[in-house]
Parts: sequence; C-alpha cells; structure tokens
Amino acid sequence: MAEGARAAEGNAGVTTETRYEIELTVNGVVRAAKVPARRLLSDLLRHDLGLTGTHVGCEHGVCGCCTVLLDGEPVRSCLTFAVTAAGHEITTVEGLAAPDGTLSPVQRAFAECHALQCGFCTPGFLCTATALLRENPAPTDEEIVEGISGNLCRCTGYQNIIKAVRRAAEIAAETGEGAGDGAGSADASTTEGP
Amino acid sequence: MTTSLFGERVQRLEDPRLLTGRGRYLDDLGRDALAAAFVRSPHAHARIREINVDRALDVPGLVAIYTWEDLPGRVAEPLPLLIPHPALTHGRTAYPLARDVVRHVGEPVVMVVARDRYAAEDACSLIEVDYELLKPVVGVEEAVQGGNLVHPDVPGNIGAHLVQEVPAADGRTAPEVIDAAPHKLEFRLDIERSASMPLEGRGVYARWDPDDGSLRVYSSTQTSTSVRMAIAAKLDLPLPKVEVIAPDVGGGFGVKIVHPWPEEILVPWAARLLGQEIKWTEDRREHFVSSAHERGQVQHVRVGFDDDGRLLGLDVTILHDHGAYTPYGIIVPIITATQLLGPYKPGAYRVEFSSVYTNTVQVTPYRGAGRPQGVFCMERTMDRIAAYLGKDRTEVRAVNLIQPDEFPYDHRMTFQDGRPLIYDSGNYPEQLRMIKELIGWDSFEEERARAAAEGRRIGIGIGCYVEGTGVGPYEGGHVQITSDGRVHVSTGLTSQGQGHQTVFAQIAATELGVPIERVSVVTGDTRRFGYAVGTFASRAAVMSGNAVALACRKVREKALRIAAEALEADPADLDITDGMVHVKGLPSASIPLATVAVLSNPLRYAFDEEAGRATQFATAASDDRPPVDEGEEPGLEGRDYYSPVRSTFASGMHAAVVETDPDTAEIKILRYAVVHDCGRLINPMIVEGQIHGGVAQGVGGALYERMAYDEHGQLQNASFMDFLMPYATEIPHIETAHLETPSPLNPLGIKGAGEAGVIPVSAVIAGAIEDAERIPIMKMPISPSDLYDLRRTATTDT
Repeated sequence: MAEGARAAEGNAGVTTETRYEIELTVNGVVRAAKVPARRLLSDLLRHDLGLTGTHVGCEHGVCGCCTVLLDGEPVRSCLTFAVTAAGHEITTVEGLAAPDGTLSPVQRAFAECHALQCGFCTPGFLCTATALLRENPAPTDEEIVEGISGNLCRCTGYQNIIKAVRRAAEIAAETGEGAGDGAGSADASTTEGP
Repeated sequence: MTTSLFGERVQRLEDPRLLTGRGRYLDDLGRDALAAAFVRSPHAHARIREINVDRALDVPGLVAIYTWEDLPGRVAEPLPLLIPHPALTHGRTAYPLARDVVRHVGEPVVMVVARDRYAAEDACSLIEVDYELLKPVVGVEEAVQGGNLVHPDVPGNIGAHLVQEVPAADGRTAPEVIDAAPHKLEFRLDIERSASMPLEGRGVYARWDPDDGSLRVYSSTQTSTSVRMAIAAKLDLPLPKVEVIAPDVGGGFGVKIVHPWPEEILVPWAARLLGQEIKWTEDRREHFVSSAHERGQVQHVRVGFDDDGRLLGLDVTILHDHGAYTPYGIIVPIITATQLLGPYKPGAYRVEFSSVYTNTVQVTPYRGAGRPQGVFCMERTMDRIAAYLGKDRTEVRAVNLIQPDEFPYDHRMTFQDGRPLIYDSGNYPEQLRMIKELIGWDSFEEERARAAAEGRRIGIGIGCYVEGTGVGPYEGGHVQITSDGRVHVSTGLTSQGQGHQTVFAQIAATELGVPIERVSVVTGDTRRFGYAVGTFASRAAVMSGNAVALACRKVREKALRIAAEALEADPADLDITDGMVHVKGLPSASIPLATVAVLSNPLRYAFDEEAGRATQFATAASDDRPPVDEGEEPGLEGRDYYSPVRSTFASGMHAAVVETDPDTAEIKILRYAVVHDCGRLINPMIVEGQIHGGVAQGVGGALYERMAYDEHGQLQNASFMDFLMPYATEIPHIETAHLETPSPLNPLGIKGAGEAGVIPVSAVIAGAIEDAERIPIMKMPISPSDLYDLRRTATTDT
C-alpha cells in the first residue's frame, strides 16, 4: 500500500502531517478533500471518496489495476499523489456507464466476450480501453495488443480482452456512442478527508 | 425441463457488478477499520536477539504493537499442519509471529495496528529488530547435503521421503526391468519456482461484536469454512460465534487455499482484544516474500523401452523444494509422483521423492499443483525416446496410450486424496488425432521448410496430461424457493473468478425449470452454508455443481408433490416450465412455484399476493395429522451433498509452434492449440476462459517467471518490475477444441477444468524449442539468454 511511507515529521506524537485542501472533479462531481502530501490518488479515491472500483495490485505502477483517466488520459493512480490531481478531472470505473446506468460500449463488450474472470484487473482495463478507443476508434489487433500491454491480467490470458476491445469498437461504431467516458455531469459537491 | 441452460454459453451474472466498480473485494470493505501492518524478517535465517519498539511509540495514530511474547494460549502455538502424511516424518510449521528464529525473508516478526496503513507503516519502519545471522540454506541440492540446517531437529533438511513402486506384470521392479530393457536413457530435469500471483493479494478484515460476543471475519481465501473453524479453535470461541465470508476474491490460483495464514489468526485476535475493527491488506512485496511459491524440483529419470518406444520401466527420483515450512503437507510432490503418468501405461514404475527444507518462502499448491513438473518429466521422456529411436514424437506417445476400452484404468497407486489412482473415463487416441489435426502436425515439415527458406527457425512441440479433478471428500448445496418465486442457491466453497454464480445458476435453472434471472447464488459465506472443503484441485464445478443439482432435485420432488396435491394430479404427470408447475401437455392446469412455496409452509401470514393466491389451492387439513407431517419440513427448500468415491480424471493435449531467432535467441510462440476433455461442459465460454488463463500462466512459467533467490536467501525479483508476468504482448492466440467424455462417477457427468490449461505448457514449449534448435532442453523456464548460452555450449561440445 503506502510503499515508501515515511514517519510523520516531528516527534513525541504531537505533530501531525500538514494537510492540503484540494478540489477535483471525479466522475463529473466536484469533490473536496483534505489530504497529506503523501496520500496517493488511489487511496483518496478508494478510502476517502469510497470509490473502491479502482483497485491496487502492485503499488508500483506495473500492473495497471489502478488506472484511471486524468483529463481523459490513463494514469496510474497508485503513482499519483492526490494533491497533484487538484483541479483536474478524474474518471474512474464508476463513471464509465451513462448517468442512467447504461453500460458503455467497452463495458458491454467485456461482458459479451467474457473478458473478465475475477474482475480485479478489469477496472484498469476498462479505463485503458476507453481511452484507447477514444483516440483510435477502429484499432487493428496489433494496436489493441499494444494499447493494453501496460495492464496485467492473471486470469484470462488476454485473448477475450483483445476480442472485447475489438467488439467495443464495433458497438461504438454501430450505435454512434463513441467509447464514452460516461461521466454524467452533476453539480453536487462534497468534502472528504482521511 | 423445456429450456436447458446446461451446456450453453450463458453470459456471466457476476459481470454487471464487476464492470461498474461494484465488486466488493477485501480492501473495499471496512472503510473505518484500523489498519494492521507487519515488520517482516529481512534475513533468510536469523535468531532474534531483541525487538525495540521505543521509537515507534510516538507515531501519531499508533494503536498497538504485538510480538510473539504478547500472544496468548493457542494463538502463540505453531500454525496447524493441515495435511499430515506418514511419510512427512519431520513436518514443521511457523508461529504466527516469529518466535526466536526467522527462517525466510518475509516471515512476520511484529504486528502493528494503527489508525491507517500509512501510520502503521510509519511505526513498522521505526521498530528495530536485532538479529544474529545464521547460515541460510538455499537450493535443494545444497539442502540435502545437510551442512546447514533450516530446523535444527530435521537432519539433512529432509521433511519427507516417499517411495512408491508399481512392479511389472511379472513382478519385476522398475530398476530390474530397465536394466534388462533393449534401450535405456538416463537424464536430469530442472524446473524453477514460480507462484500463483493473483492480482489481489491476501487480506483479512475482522469485526468483533462485543454485545453479541461474536466475530465476523472477511478473508480473501479459497476456503471460508475452514478458516472459520481454525479461528474458532485458535481463539477458543464457540463455532456459532464465528462467521467467515470470502467476499469477491481477486484471483487465487492455489495460494489462498492455505489456511490459516498468520494474519487470519492475528487480525481477528487483535480485533477482539481491542474491540475495534481491524483490516490487513497484503501489499505486493509482502505477497512475494510471505505467501507461497511452487514448482521448484530437480528430477532424475531412468527409463527402459522397446524398439517401438513402448515404456517398459520408469524410475524417477525427485528432489522437491518445499521452503521453510510444511503447513500444507506434501501434496505437491505426491501429485507430481502420481500424475506424472499422464495418459500412458508406464510398465513398471518406481518413483521416489525427498521433500526438502530451504530458507525460502514455503511451497504450497499453485494451479496445476505438482502436475506441470510431472508432465514435464514424462513428456520430456517421450521426446527423448523418440529422438533416440528416430521416431515421430506422436508415434511414441500413441503406442503408450491407455486405450478407450481399458477404462476404468487402475494405476495401482495411491492418489492425493488417499484413494486408488483409477482413471474413470477418457479417449486419449482420439485426443491425439484431434490435436495433430488442429496444429497441423503431419504437414509441419513443409512449414518448417518454408520458414527455413526465409531464414527462419521454427519448431513444434506436444504435451499430454491427465488431471485428477473433483477430489472429495464432499461439497453441499442448499436451494430455497421463496414465496416471491426467487431461487436462492448457496454452497460453501468460494469463488475467485470461476463464474460460479453463473454456472451453478445454470444448473439450478435447468434442474428446476425456472428462468436463470430468478436464481441467485451465494458462495463462501459461512452464514449461508457451513460445511465445505474449498475451491482448489479443479473441484468446484464437479463437487458443488453436483451437490446443487442433487439439492435441486430434492426441491423439485417436493414441489411436484405439493403441486400434485393442489392440482389433484399425479406428481409423475407434472413438469416445471418457466417457473410454473403444470400437467404435462396441459399448460392450463398449472400453479406457480411461488405459490407452491407458500403452500409448503403451514404458517401463511398474508405478507404478499402470493399468499392470497395460495388460498384457492389449499387442501383441507386433516384433523388427525399434524400440520407439518412426520418427515416433512416447512418451506420449499432442500439441502444435499455430493461425495464421490474417488476423483474424476480430465485430460488434454496441447501443441505449439515456436520460432527462435537465429541471432538473438528470442523465443516467440507462433501458434498454440489445445484439445481438452473435461466431460460434459456446463458453460463452454467459461471453460475456454479457464483454458486461456491457464495456458497464459503456463507460458509465464515456461518463458518468463522465476523466483530469483541469491545465495543469501534474498529474493532478488520481488516486484512486478522484475518478476516477469506475461502481458498481452507475450500470450499467443489459443485455439481450442473440446472432446466430451462424460464422467461415470457423478450425476452431471462433469470433470474439473480449472487447472488444466497450465499443466503441459512447459513441456510443450520445451519440446518445440528443442525441435527448432536441435539442442536438448532439460531445464525450464528458458529465457533468450539461457537459449543463447545453450547454443554456445552446444557449439563448444561439438
């Protein structure tokens, strides 16, 4: 989890870490939080905002389970400090479906193609594939493999994930939905902190 | 039954949840719980002189620090040895927190509880442990020399030694037969360690309810029922006061069947002591150095055979590295020793193994559980015989196969479940025909020539296996139809991505004649089902699938009996379609199962419309009979268990074409084909998914994954940066074909499929590389630099 965590500054248990007030937009909702500088974006999302769909599989940026979209670009939330996300827009797996709950083309394709088993890596793949298809709505198989080659899956052998991304591109083209980031615009705003 | 869902590619009922971030994995629970973290040994072998926690005491948010000295009663005792065996003469298990001596890097020494994980790790980093270094034992061959000892009271570091002998028909032993055989070969094989490596590590979350005096524990486990019993025993709590739930589990692959892990005892113990919720979530480095590994073996093979390549005698001696402790007994080498035989008749067979202590992470089953090593041994042997005789590798295999008319086939050995090793069914010659056709075995020489003309080097390999699946002793199923017409199915074993909620719902929907949308399945929750063994050994579909089917049949029988009375019909004339019990051929004479559920309970408060509807069907109660008759129970529900006489044996054959780069020794799998027989398929989509995933893990084990221990017992690659798990770029497209040879041992005719994909991969890839390179491949995994070195050695030798 908090790899590289260091002792609190000061001594005698009287000092606590400085907390920073940040505001960011998560799945279309403005959220405010008070966090120490070292708090990871993955921990902010999961433990402060309760968005536990983003998973942490290695804490060092290799497995891709924690991938979220930051201003539409996939990033490793386990390698991102929460304070650096201030003022940015984050989309997590909870924000991929349409506001009415309709699954996005990528989500539908993953179900249709049996592209998940235990489901732990799945949110990272969904975010990665969503960004990939937005950039390249009709990728070749090589481009799909390349596009998901930063995410580990231990269950599926990737074959059905590749198939699902291909299928998602088809669905998006057929329905004209685009890959979608789903995130409905809402103007609610809440404050959280650890 | 009009609409059978058994055998259909039904989309998974789990997916809508998991695709929208609504899965509930261990670390998603207990948002307000305190966090536990551990100080773990940085040394492979050392004596603890002193533990100084002074500097940690000032960390803001610190709640408690515990060492072994703090543990009371049974919590302080060594963890249980789960599966004793007479041959395991020197079984040893760890203490939950190290007592005096640490025996591998990563062994837990101190537990810290704090406000959150950041604070807990802050405290851990300030705890000073003073160690006196002891000499570490690394590698089985060093271990058996016995110079240094992992446990001072285990001479030669040998935990177990077992010899199994199956003499030839004329009574001669394997060594005698081999000595007299027309041809004989002798060689050594090596397989390195890998690990299950699920993307979610282990984790435990415990809630003590002081008012109720009860404990609820969530664990990312493959067996919640047994974790429950272990916790109750260790904490001296009445069993009904402990409940254990496996929530969504992010992969298991074997490592999570071990129980109780130290944390599964310590976290509940501390939660009760402190009266606060506590959660521990394993991080990746912890998983590498404190969970479990598998595979590592050295094998010495002697084989005697005739001019056709027919096995006359086989003698295998195995050195098995089981790491520092043996909580799971010697299941892995026992499986290697028995499943090595595959689809073949070995003639006389002798197998001997020594299971050996080293100062490394303990070894417990990882998907395949000893089979990949056994299959590597046998398939390398087949290939070497073929090379020696100048024969096609599939011809040598063909002459050794057990024939379809020879089932049940008795190997005259004892299997992992303590039962005779008797294969129930299979059709190996047909599988061989199918795999040759699928990969294009007979036309490969033309392909090779075409490639060679382009300056490319390719090779083909094949590997065959038989896998004992569905080991007992039992699983159970409970099925309840409620007055809203919903069907609630529960079984005690757990799920880690196998799609149990879907396949068990398919079985229930088929058996009961209800739409699958009305069926919900709960697994791994002791509040719902208390008796279970667990999910391992490719057993869940066979065991719980059949148990659920049997429970459904009980419920169906009761539903028909009650409906017959209401409809004034003979139960034999009734059927259930789409949730309606009706007279066969007369859909108008019908009653909904929901109404039958109301009728099944003599107490009928009118909570819902269904209760009102039931009134018209209610038959006059007899004044002479109790409302719940003798032998009856209220409610439309049933429970049943499936307990097989022995395992059922699935099988498969894989083949691959690889290309090796003549300059860089880069190894690329061009094609990978699988023929698979797991009896009747419940859901082909899910079975294929299991195969794909297994093959991918096999490819990892064949080409990339190894646990790189140095001579000090330090794991040099304990991160995903350095332990190379395959990405999509490394896994070939997998072509699959199914053969369905039903098992005669269970009502549904099914066999297990979970581990199958991984089993023969190292053997297949080794064979294909050998075929491309014409250099013997005796050691796996193999990297490009390994192959490069092998080429240089081969050139030097000639």
